[in-house]
Amino acid sequence: MNLLAIETSTELGSIAVWREGELLSRVCPATLAHSETLLPLISATLREAGLGFADLHGIAFAAGPGSFTGLRVACGVAQGLAFALDLPVIPVGTLDAMALASGSERVIVMLDARMGEVYYGLFSQGLPLAPVVVCQPSAVPIPDSPGWHACGNGLVAYPALRQRLAACVHLWQPELVPDAGAVARLAAPRLARGEGVDAADATPLYVRNKVALTVAERLARGGKA
Amino acid sequence: MLVLGIESSCDETGVALYSTDAGGGLLAHALHSQVRMHEDYGGVVPELASRDHVRRLVPLLRQVLADSGCSLAEIGAVAYTQGPGLAGALLVGAAFAEALAASLGVPTLPVHHLEGHLLSPLLSRNPPRFPFVALLVSGGHSQLMRVVGVGEYELMGETLDDAAGEAFDKTAKLLGLGYPGGPALATLAERGRRDEVRLPRPMLKSGDLNFSFSGLKTAVVTRVRELGAVSDQQRADIARGFQDAIVEVLVSKALRAVSESGLQQLVVAGGVGANRELRRQLDAHSATARIAVFYPELEFCTDNGAMIALAGALRTQAGVPAKPAGAFAVRPRWPLTDT
Repeated sequence: MNLLAIETSTELGSIAVWREGELLSRVCPATLAHSETLLPLISATLREAGLGFADLHGIAFAAGPGSFTGLRVACGVAQGLAFALDLPVIPVGTLDAMALASGSERVIVMLDARMGEVYYGLFSQGLPLAPVVVCQPSAVPIPDSPGWHACGNGLVAYPALRQRLAACVHLWQPELVPDAGAVARLAAPRLARGEGVDAADATPLYVRNKVALTVAERLARGGKA
Repeated sequence: MLVLGIESSCDETGVALYSTDAGGGLLAHALHSQVRMHEDYGGVVPELASRDHVRRLVPLLRQVLADSGCSLAEIGAVAYTQGPGLAGALLVGAAFAEALAASLGVPTLPVHHLEGHLLSPLLSRNPPRFPFVALLVSGGHSQLMRVVGVGEYELMGETLDDAAGEAFDKTAKLLGLGYPGGPALATLAERGRRDEVRLPRPMLKSGDLNFSFSGLKTAVVTRVRELGAVSDQQRADIARGFQDAIVEVLVSKALRAVSESGLQQLVVAGGVGANRELRRQLDAHSATARIAVFYPELEFCTDNGAMIALAGALRTQAGVPAKPAGAFAVRPRWPLTDT
């Protein structure tokens, strides 16, 4: 089974080709936009793996949360490839993949959500303990047990998180970034189990879903229509 | 050659298939308008627009394939709107188009949105012939262009501030008609009394072919404030006064553009082209001015995928090289003169 994984949740894009259990990961050149680098890197990496588009069995992408634009570039590319090749799409949670990449059993993943907020997820043995949330660092739910591995750039953006989590975290890894290799490793068994979705149903997982106020809400807050 | 066209520059997702073969033409086109989604927000929310395009592209593509009876394997090139428009919305269509083309092994044709509008009259049952003057009036654009042929466009005049459709929508909002209220304002104007509310004709005598519509909106604000409590009849009178002002300026400048160009055909494109008063006035003047006025069907006036497929196809036929699928960049701000 062969699959392609795309990860552009942050500025650090990457792709991975899973070829019968072997993983080939490549990072997008950092100086250019994902739109400039993603498809050329996919073609080059498939070539390097000795595969063509026709040899793929599924397309995985990091569905979020993350940069809205980045998620949509990944999703649009995944949809386009999957629809043309008649393949299933496997959307993978960005934080789920980071938890896997951390290599630990109990992981707190924090990704900078900008606007004073953080995307926050708790994972135990690879499974989310609750849906990923977006909230202010002062509002994140703190585990009531010690021995957690904390990772992600949310720690860099919000030093207050370190203080809040100090009692339950034994390992800090702010430098852990999303990576397509982990996306592929999570997606491969799902694809094998037939859990892929149709390209039409592949959508980003934004988590931050309130992005604008309706006229009624603006008026209720004393604003203008 | 079969060209797939994809439009996602603002609040409409459009997909179409156009064949350049003899007896081909537009084989199928499908559109999803987000206008109802943005209604509650009083205008287009760019982030919500981008989110919706992601959900619509695949179903619309499936629909045009089914309607045309074509298969993906027959597609020879994928055209898409590269700009101008909302960056996030453009990126969705571009990412999908480039990936689709890359895996099909065909090139892409990034298209300028306005070129699509300028060529869209050719999709009409009663198409004009090159060269013609185009009055492009929509929520996003107000321009007079001389269209000589594919890729040969000369800007004759444009709005210096609001687009005509934008002025309609903003004024409608001031009159409590909701969003997008342009068509509702035009309906209300039918009940208004002529010259009961006389508003300025901005730049009517400016000596050039440019427009300015933001002052009209201010004039309406002032008039509403003067009146205090506005009755239904007064509201209709204001709508009438506004529409008469904007239509008089559009008609006057459009006729002048045709006259200056020495051409005999005027094409009215864009959503505002559906305005009945604008059509009445243009028709009334066209006989004396000895020009033919063309109104493409509304489905080709507003944003759509058909015009993008057509523009891509005509560019290819005109010898413009296609782009290898792969790296892409959208151009949210992109002057048509720079194509």
